[in-house]
Amino acid sequence: MLAAGSLAGPAFLLLIVLFFLPVFAVFAIALTDWQFGASSLSFVGLANFREVFADESFRASLVNTIVYVAIVVPGTIVLGLAIALLIESGKSFRAFYRAIHFLPYMATLTAMAIAWEALLHPTIGLVNQTLAGLDLPTANWLRDENTVLPVLAVIGIWQNLGFAMVLFLAGLKSIPQDLYDAADIDGADVWLDRLRTVTLPMLGPVTMFVFIVVALKAFETFDTVQVLTQGGPGHASEMLLYTLYRESFEYLRTGYGASVAAVFLLIVVALTLIQARVLDKKVHYQ
Amino acid sequence: MAAITIEKIEKSFGATPVLRDVSLDIADGEFVTLLGPSGCGKSTLLRILAGLEVQTGGSIAIGERVVDGVRPKRRDVAMVFQSYALYPHMTVQENMAVPLRMRRLSSIQRLPLIGRFLPGTKAVGAEIEKDVMRTAKALGIGHLLGRKPGQLSGGQRQRVAVGRAMVRQPAVFLMDEPLSNLDAKLRVQMRAEIKELHDRLGVTFVYVTHDQSEAMTMSDRVAVMLDGELLQVASPREIYADPDDRRVAEFIGSPKINMLEARVRDNGLAEIAGTSFAIPGDITPGISLALGIRPEAFHLVEAGGDNILTGAVRMIEHMGSDLYVHLAVPGTEHPVIARLLAERAPQIASGQTLHLGVKPERLLLFAADGHRLRPHDHASATVLRMKERVQ
Repeated sequence: MLAAGSLAGPAFLLLIVLFFLPVFAVFAIALTDWQFGASSLSFVGLANFREVFADESFRASLVNTIVYVAIVVPGTIVLGLAIALLIESGKSFRAFYRAIHFLPYMATLTAMAIAWEALLHPTIGLVNQTLAGLDLPTANWLRDENTVLPVLAVIGIWQNLGFAMVLFLAGLKSIPQDLYDAADIDGADVWLDRLRTVTLPMLGPVTMFVFIVVALKAFETFDTVQVLTQGGPGHASEMLLYTLYRESFEYLRTGYGASVAAVFLLIVVALTLIQARVLDKKVHYQ
Repeated sequence: MAAITIEKIEKSFGATPVLRDVSLDIADGEFVTLLGPSGCGKSTLLRILAGLEVQTGGSIAIGERVVDGVRPKRRDVAMVFQSYALYPHMTVQENMAVPLRMRRLSSIQRLPLIGRFLPGTKAVGAEIEKDVMRTAKALGIGHLLGRKPGQLSGGQRQRVAVGRAMVRQPAVFLMDEPLSNLDAKLRVQMRAEIKELHDRLGVTFVYVTHDQSEAMTMSDRVAVMLDGELLQVASPREIYADPDDRRVAEFIGSPKINMLEARVRDNGLAEIAGTSFAIPGDITPGISLALGIRPEAFHLVEAGGDNILTGAVRMIEHMGSDLYVHLAVPGTEHPVIARLLAERAPQIASGQTLHLGVKPERLLLFAADGHRLRPHDHASATVLRMKERVQ
């Protein structure tokens, strides 16, 4: 008992100090009106949460985040899988294609965001220059409330694509050749049939993992918003983590910020639970 | 109904030749086993038959129709894989339905959601379900239809794999070591079941294995392969008792056949380890031979002399019904193994000197290049004499 306790103790202590206490603190602060740096605080119950859900800008931020995730996750999965399939089916330059598609994931998004800003510049940006050259309508991509969120989502897809692709490539490698042979003999020899009979079902566990990780990353998007739009124009590109940051550290409304963090935390935990409980059973075929 | 003609098949992977000039005719309804050690090319030949691999040269015909370049789907063959290759996400019922769905439903009818509302889909689906049910019942897996492969035992998976192959009634069954993932007891049982299935269906079976007992018990004919070559194709009895090639004799039979190097002297005698052996046939004196003697061809005799091997017992293996006695015979490289009746056990002790007799007609003679010299086979003896003269 003593041995067990002393062996598990350090890890347990770290878990409490680094994880459970901060989470508890967030929920505790969310129930107060504390402002960052203030010497006093008082208990306000659920007032912060009521304010959060009544707040127009928070709701906009929540909806934006959901729309963003709803574009980024399927976009990343479909494109990542398509690129992985293309790389896997080709014979040459595999390592090269793998590397260039993985680069964006390795790069610092803040630095990359500046490159995107240059590309998307309304007058001298390459995107508008190209569109103008082709006589297509141009837009002020990051300053137009109709385009800003989709553009951020495209950048999000671009960034996560390499990650999804690498995982899909690994997943494709682990599919036994026997299954493709069996599919050939059974008559599933057209690419769509092969995809539906063997490839996609066998990639189930990988797809599930990519789905959860990319969804979590998309929910946490902060850097592109901070560097490119600061949530604007209006609240058109404001997302949860940016709202959280602004309320807590710019407006110093720590109690309110903590309640946003609590909502955010609940979403993340819910996603993880979905992975652990519901879908794990459907994609592992034992 | 389909006979198979394999004509001069060549296959290489890059610069490595895997199959060399393999020709084989398989009759309609025959059970032929491709037998050989791993890496001999037997699986590659089967995959070429299935259309999963393309040969470098030569031609394959199934039921009079040349199928070179024809996709597996259109060859009317079914295959059972060593790993079973069941689709893990599908139930047994869905697994067995795949080959039928792919053939009987159009690609539009197979589309998810939309497909089932198209005219005809439902009727064909019911038909497929009926066929799957009938096959499953015939194999005794009717109660497993709702399960997934992960929930089945090895033997059950094997049956499902056979069911998936059987359900669309192919003209040819190809089996790639289907029993090697099963435990020994189940393997013997499934061996009998597959043989029975062959008798019942009456279609052509091509079966690949490295296990000689599978080959010997199930096949009409065994094709022994080694290093990409077909060495001999014959009935199991012939393969064992009348091998064409030293390598065949050495591969088949357990314990292994005894090979004794001999030199031919005058008067139809050969000298082995200082003892004279009468050998059948008319073979030129002076040449080297290998004498093959199956362990069970020996019998105990009282004293040494001509046609008798004498040596000290080094090891005795008691197999229940038989004794394998390992004998160190002076002048031979490997111990000689004799298979004797178990009743002899009390009379034999380690270290004891034994005398083993063998009848001349049980001697198998092999030339130095490995090919068999048959008694009264003047052709081979003459060839040999001519070769000697050339040298």
